[in-house]
Amino acid sequence: MNGQQTIQASQEAGSRKMLIAMVGIGVMCALLIVLTYEGTSERISRLRAQALQEAIFRVVPDISSTRAFQLTAQGEFTEPAVPDPTRPQIFAGYNDAGQLKGFAIEASGQGYADVIRILYGYDPVREEIVGFYVLESKETPGLGDKIEKDVTFLENFNGLDVSLDETDEALRQDVVTVKSGTKSNPWEIDGITGATISSRAIGNIINESAAVILPKIKAEMNLFSDQQ
Amino acid sequence: MNSKIQHSDLPDQSMDTFLKGLWKENPVFVQVLGMCPVLAVSNTAINALAMGLATAFVLLMSNVLVSSLRNFIPKQVRIASYILIIATFVTMTDYAIQAISVDLHKSLGAFISLIVVNCLILSRAEAFASKNTVGKSMLDALGMGFGFVIALFCLGAVREILGNGTLFNLRVFPEGFQAWIVMILPAGGFFTLAIWLLVFNLYKERKERHEH
Repeated sequence: MNGQQTIQASQEAGSRKMLIAMVGIGVMCALLIVLTYEGTSERISRLRAQALQEAIFRVVPDISSTRAFQLTAQGEFTEPAVPDPTRPQIFAGYNDAGQLKGFAIEASGQGYADVIRILYGYDPVREEIVGFYVLESKETPGLGDKIEKDVTFLENFNGLDVSLDETDEALRQDVVTVKSGTKSNPWEIDGITGATISSRAIGNIINESAAVILPKIKAEMNLFSDQQ
Repeated sequence: MNSKIQHSDLPDQSMDTFLKGLWKENPVFVQVLGMCPVLAVSNTAINALAMGLATAFVLLMSNVLVSSLRNFIPKQVRIASYILIIATFVTMTDYAIQAISVDLHKSLGAFISLIVVNCLILSRAEAFASKNTVGKSMLDALGMGFGFVIALFCLGAVREILGNGTLFNLRVFPEGFQAWIVMILPAGGFFTLAIWLLVFNLYKERKERHEH
């Protein structure tokens, strides 16, 4: 009885102290986080941009400079100074002579674990995919993450047919992932045993992105033709 | 070491505070704490080392802060305060890792934020830092932190060597080696941890038997 009272009394006496302690710690923590954010944000965004830039040069061969575009909701290409993070970016790549050599297109879609973000290279003359790189994925290590490392799988993206049909508004053939070892057409992706879902996801991501973006690129070719 | 001797000798005592985390009370092999990151990100040596160091840093900073504020934090709100402090340092570490390497951040993924709920850190704040001086808490955090790093590295190294045939991405086994994929999957984490616990306990038991 007596002990209970003492506890209660000490708790009531402490409520002001509690508030001060919590608010004080909260403010101090907020300050620390803001300082760290301010201190690192510049370097983080620089590293991210650098990683993306490196990926562009990896998926489009023989280029020395790029221009970044985005497709607006109205279906027009713009060249924003600050890209909208919710829309995929499209990079046009140019060689030393300033000729357009290809595009690097950002795309994303649901994988096995989480959203997979990829970048693929597109050659508008050959109408083929010429390169592929995974920007972000949380696929299972050892199985799903083979989409990043498996040499035979990556070989698929060296000349994957994405040509447009006569109307220039859709792909002649949908890009599909087939069972490992059964690829017989140039628009098919040879899947990976043990990473069926992840490799199919890649096929879907590329197919969906290509079906929308490639006809637009073909229609607006003049926009990209010269390097600025 | 005998506990009666430690209390009479101050430098020996602080040395013991540091060493007990490394060996006698190793957070992973003896206390079996913080199993989530231990099993999840110990699939390669570099991931394990980065995760261990990140945890050790958060542990050190939170122990120092909790210990220096121990007379200021009322008992009733202590857990909330500790979590707030720990979460702050985890967020700072998250930014720091992103600033060091995008690739490293990519491979550690969601597990950095999960350091907040690592029971090792909260247990050191509650069981040690809230009752001891800043200096002692710092030593305790260093001991426990390095104990955690060592344990994670032990797991990561074994799993990477057997599961991938490499260590720090350098080839250990010749090219033809058929990697045991199970070792880099979650199940491999359990197997490796079990084997390390077995080795650790066998050694301890043998040592104790010798002493008696």
